Amino acid sequence: MLELRDITKRFGNVLANDGVSIKVRPGTIHAIVGENGAGKSTAMRIAYGFYTADGGDILVDGEVRRISTPHDAIALGVGMVHQHFMLVEPMTVAENIVLGAETGGVASLDLGKAADEIRALSDEFKLSVDPRATVESLSVGQQQRVELLKALYRRARLLILDEPTAVLTPPEVEEFFAILRRMREQGKTVVIITHKLSEVLAISDDVTVMRDGRVVGRVETSRTNAAELARLMVGRDVLLRVEKTDAAGDGAAVLGVKDLTVTARDGKRRLDGVSFEVRAGEIVGIAGVEGNGQTELIETLAGLTATGHTASGEVEFEGRAITRLNSRARRELGVAHIPEDRHRRGLLLDFDLAENSILGDHYRKPAVSGFGNVFLNDRGIRARALQVINDFDVRPPDPDLPARSLSGGNQQKLIIGREFEINPKLLLVSQPTRGVDIGAIEFIHRKLVALRDAGCAVLLVSAELEEVTALADRLLIMREGSVVGEVDPKRATVEEIGLLMTGGK
Amino acid sequence: MKLLRELFFPLVAVLAAFVLGGIFVWIIGDNPFETYRLLIGSAFSWPDGIGYTLFYATPLIFTGLAVAVAFRCGLLNIGAEGQLYVAAFATAWVGIKFGGTVVDVFGTPVNYSWVTLPAVLLVPLAIVTAIVAGAAWGAIPGVLKARFGSHEVINTIMLNFIAIALVSYFTQYHFKQAGDPILQTVPVGAGVHLPRLGSFIPGLPTRIPLNLAFLFALVACVLVYIFLWRTKWGYAIRATGANPTAAEYGGISTGKQIVLAMAVSGALAGMVAVNEVLGYRYRYYDGFSANYGFTGIAVALLGRNHPVGVLLSALLFGMLIRGGIFVDAFSGKVSKDLVEVLQAIVILFVACEALFRGSFGRFGLLKRSKV
Repeated sequence: MLELRDITKRFGNVLANDGVSIKVRPGTIHAIVGENGAGKSTAMRIAYGFYTADGGDILVDGEVRRISTPHDAIALGVGMVHQHFMLVEPMTVAENIVLGAETGGVASLDLGKAADEIRALSDEFKLSVDPRATVESLSVGQQQRVELLKALYRRARLLILDEPTAVLTPPEVEEFFAILRRMREQGKTVVIITHKLSEVLAISDDVTVMRDGRVVGRVETSRTNAAELARLMVGRDVLLRVEKTDAAGDGAAVLGVKDLTVTARDGKRRLDGVSFEVRAGEIVGIAGVEGNGQTELIETLAGLTATGHTASGEVEFEGRAITRLNSRARRELGVAHIPEDRHRRGLLLDFDLAENSILGDHYRKPAVSGFGNVFLNDRGIRARALQVINDFDVRPPDPDLPARSLSGGNQQKLIIGREFEINPKLLLVSQPTRGVDIGAIEFIHRKLVALRDAGCAVLLVSAELEEVTALADRLLIMREGSVVGEVDPKRATVEEIGLLMTGGK
Repeated sequence: MKLLRELFFPLVAVLAAFVLGGIFVWIIGDNPFETYRLLIGSAFSWPDGIGYTLFYATPLIFTGLAVAVAFRCGLLNIGAEGQLYVAAFATAWVGIKFGGTVVDVFGTPVNYSWVTLPAVLLVPLAIVTAIVAGAAWGAIPGVLKARFGSHEVINTIMLNFIAIALVSYFTQYHFKQAGDPILQTVPVGAGVHLPRLGSFIPGLPTRIPLNLAFLFALVACVLVYIFLWRTKWGYAIRATGANPTAAEYGGISTGKQIVLAMAVSGALAGMVAVNEVLGYRYRYYDGFSANYGFTGIAVALLGRNHPVGVLLSALLFGMLIRGGIFVDAFSGKVSKDLVEVLQAIVILFVACEALFRGSFGRFGLLKRSKV
């Protein structure tokens, strides 16, 4: 159906695609895997006409085609769904889908007819999307299906999906895969870009593995396994399991949470009477479907209660009440925080790595020096930045680069390195490996375990069930703002945890 | 290299504006080359051209810096105009109340002062007053934003009206000399006059109002750079502007930064009073500001909110003002409105910078937002 032949693309000094050839068989689900920056998205954006290749050919249905704009791609039946949705939130589903593909004259937009067509498509693939609903009223999973409908409405026969599961919760992923299988049954071809190996194995027929802008492997999914794919992606053997000893478990309580409740302005309880302890030298994991109070919990513990929210209850650190302390005071006591959203919270994307390495500590040594500690100390800041860069293998190792220019994995390593620099006694960490490639995931997991072994108390929130069960010594399950259960992550089964997460539905 | 890259787009914008402006002149039926020769020649002649160009640039350096500091904190200070009016009046008030005997419009010596301070005390007092008054007026919208989240653009615009009307009122009913047909205060004492640069530079006559405030403006550029990029306060302000949620995460109180940035911004705008009141008119003169506060927005925009850029673009605007007067007087058909057309085109082109970048590679915008 679609074939890329010897595609080459250069951005400045970086060879993003170096002789990439990918062949997608019609009526299959084709996974393209690789670490961040391997060139997967670039190759697919070329196929969709977003970028023009410097060399090579694109073949659709066996014929060489010129695709220089997304319009060309759509005309040939190639559609793409981006990682970040391109939807106008206050508009309805139908309006969003028709946008840019309106039929009829200037003043005769026939939304009713479009809505019927959309409903038919939605039924055909069992997407259950109401064309008249406004996009902002939909869940993330539903919004993604609107994006699918957008491509289907434009008569796409081949759909390119860029990291489609990154935004979905585990049950939503299952649902989404069912949709993809139905699309395959109806004769559509799907290309899915991902770096999650479990998904590749679960859904795809063929796999193309990319590394450093080149294709390093082409296999049928049924003839490979996770270990082989990981080795191809990273270029060396990768440990897919977390290696750790049992927690000492007799440490003193570092964090004590008593009856913590957070109420939003509308009176809804985001956290409802949460109580637990985290001891020195243990990792307490929190599992749960996203949006069940995990964000509020971590942020409140870090001293970042959102405006309009009110918190009640007690937070103790080493036996001392810190409920009223702000985030700076908590950090000074030794509370580090790796936020769930590195772009929103964790980084100043336009600042360079050196400046980012002192976020949270910009007012104290070694970031400042001189009279009254007012002036920034360039030497101290650079030394701090280089230390983080070296200890956490941040690449490229240049403190003058803007944080924006790093890959997600390296941005995350920068944040984690920065937080480790204060030698925390308590680490609050949320989604530590979201959007991070396999090699870095392994690295981050090892660092977290090492910090625990050094006696730090760690509170870990992750939407990846595999991640929390592998890392945590104790596992709490949250639902609707409450802790609904505690399990031993070594013994509990996925079904057991899933039941607690969803409330036994 | 980095500096060159930063300068590239503003330079392209300026050049494009001149080309387009030249076409306008040609359409009107005048010779564009002759017009530009007149414009640039009159702005760079010695001593009058250069003297006046620098004099006109001085307030724009201050207001450009003011807008830039606020912008680095993510705030758009449209209120520099009001801030400099309040500061100018306050400064004049100090000069009147502590300046000693002056000669009034009818040539009679009068003393309005409570006490007469010596110049060594009076000049610093007047400058500090300008800074404090501007800072206070600037801090108001800062507090409103930090405390109640009300938008600084609306509030600064409103405060401009209030400031200008308020000082007009005080001038008209309390500080104007009876019988003076002009809406202006009585003069300030001679002790508070800033020396004109002509007193130090051979060949530069003292009738040209270029004064010590110009040097203060240069110092202000350096200080603003140090403040924003070399101190922990500047870091906090820039972090707030770059990403307020991340700044908050980093233990920075964003509300405090907003108030601080607006106060510093207002203080810089207030320094215009030093040039106008202490160095030029020696009194508060109603409507003295030729939209310095608003032109400062354009200066900051063109100067990419960096002190070096602000200095360069203020000099460009100063040159345009000076040259515009001559084009008006000596060219056949072109009026000084050409200068405003040029300014407008420069701003339009700078505002379109994203488009420029985009045209250098298709989907340049997307490429930037990637990663």
